[in-house]
Amino acid sequence: MTSKFFFRAVLIINSLLVLLPVFFLLNSALRETNSFASNPFMLARDPYWENFQQVWLDGAFAIYLKNSLIVTGGSLVVILTCALGAGFILGRYNFKGNALIFGFVLTGMLVPAKLAILPLFIQLKWMNLLDSHFGLILVYSSGALPAAVFIMSGFFRSLPSDLDNAARIDGASEFQLLRRILIPLVRPGMAIVAIYSAIPIWNDFFLPLVFLQSPENKTIMQGLTVFFGQYASQWGVLFAGLTMAALPLIVLYLILSEQFIKGLTAGAVKG
Amino acid sequence: MLLLSPALATILIFTTIPALTTLSYAFFKWEGFQRVGFAGAANFQRLFDYPFKDQFLMALRHNTLVFIAVMILQTSLGLLIAYAIFQLKNGQRFFRTVTFLPVIFSLVVVGYMWQVMLDPYYGPINMIINDLGFESLAKPWLGSMSTALPTLIFINLWRWVGFPAIIFLAGLNAINQEYLEAARIDGATEGQIFRKIMFPLLAPSLTIITILTFIGAFEWFDLPFVLGGSNGNPAGATDTLALMFYRLSFGSVDSNANEVGVGSALGVFIFLLVGLGAGVGQYFLRKREVEQ
Repeated sequence: MTSKFFFRAVLIINSLLVLLPVFFLLNSALRETNSFASNPFMLARDPYWENFQQVWLDGAFAIYLKNSLIVTGGSLVVILTCALGAGFILGRYNFKGNALIFGFVLTGMLVPAKLAILPLFIQLKWMNLLDSHFGLILVYSSGALPAAVFIMSGFFRSLPSDLDNAARIDGASEFQLLRRILIPLVRPGMAIVAIYSAIPIWNDFFLPLVFLQSPENKTIMQGLTVFFGQYASQWGVLFAGLTMAALPLIVLYLILSEQFIKGLTAGAVKG
Repeated sequence: MLLLSPALATILIFTTIPALTTLSYAFFKWEGFQRVGFAGAANFQRLFDYPFKDQFLMALRHNTLVFIAVMILQTSLGLLIAYAIFQLKNGQRFFRTVTFLPVIFSLVVVGYMWQVMLDPYYGPINMIINDLGFESLAKPWLGSMSTALPTLIFINLWRWVGFPAIIFLAGLNAINQEYLEAARIDGATEGQIFRKIMFPLLAPSLTIITILTFIGAFEWFDLPFVLGGSNGNPAGATDTLALMFYRLSFGSVDSNANEVGVGSALGVFIFLLVGLGAGVGQYFLRKREVEQ
């Protein structure tokens, strides 16, 4: 009985340690900056929405958000399209070189992207893709694709091959087979790939830090470092900014927590 | 082939080729981003000479400390939380969701959130410490040499502990319930069951977590960069190999001059260290895993 009590206590303390800072973040976003000096914990009973207004009027913040949406969305489109195609071929057809190509894709998982940053920088400069969202999208896609292809080909392989034959007998082309029959069946895999790729891209600030220089191109996490410097002493506005950067993911996570957990641990459980 | 080639081309151009060329960069002389001649092993030599040697050794020491601290604290806490959730009959889902929540946060948001909470004057953490009557313990946690790195490790723990917890929980749920039932019928205590049955069967989860922790610790960049800048402030107390690599590659706050050659040599060193460490670690850890 005492051990049961101990483990319950562990869970409750852990939950408080997680939730209190998150609550502090959200609550502080709704308070006037002046009110922090007297009591940092006061509840925002009378929400001070002007903080969010100020973040928005700042102008740059909206641009950062838009850029992050473009980069994350663009990467997702590239990753899902490429991984569906490659996963379909590698998971569904037996041909000479299949294992070799699969091996090549897997080597991509071994490379720590951060350490290849110098050649990548020079290569992007040479390709005229530096300081460009498109260049960043290609780099992110390349980083996420090995695991994405691995996951998708696993899903394609697990579908019974009778499906293909039945569709072929009915006169479906290979492309129709993929689009009409297989893609609807591998949707759970696509969800895992989407979360596995999109969250780290939305949250990343290292690659934008190196590759994007113009202020109008910066992404939200990179922009936050600028924003934090500007509003270091205005806590209300500061927390409103942090909240705006984090809230989209928190809300999505609360709706899709199981998929998030599966997606973000996909690399660890499958690898 | 039409369907296969876009993925292969993207990986080839933006991962494989840069990864292979990064090795060659270490053997050239550089002026800015221009190659100006062959350097042989000179870049590696310079890494172990003044002024880089001291930075390098200090950064390496910090990475090692981070690895040890994370292995001990984060992994055992993760296991404890996983075991506690596993014991629950209902409510597993709620605690899973809460435990994993910080993992979805950006390290930039986490870093700044804690920086404000740890503010020496108005921050809530120091206020709590003061209110509890431990005035001497209220200090600029991130600003002082002795506490900066431990504080970063703590913030890292807050953000990451849910990850090993969920991996361990998945491992616990995969254990065949019959083993546990059989042991209970034989009169084993819960402690014995955990030590003799569950823990050995969790070895694959432990292998994965150890390897990922090793890689993460020796490539630690985001959190120290957000909170200590590229120099690992205060005064290099939070410097890491990856920060040093970044400074050498792209220049630091103090000087825009970069050292692409030495930076690449350091990159090769980190790559070998992480690759060999993860490879050897995986080999030995896999050996002690048992089949269910």
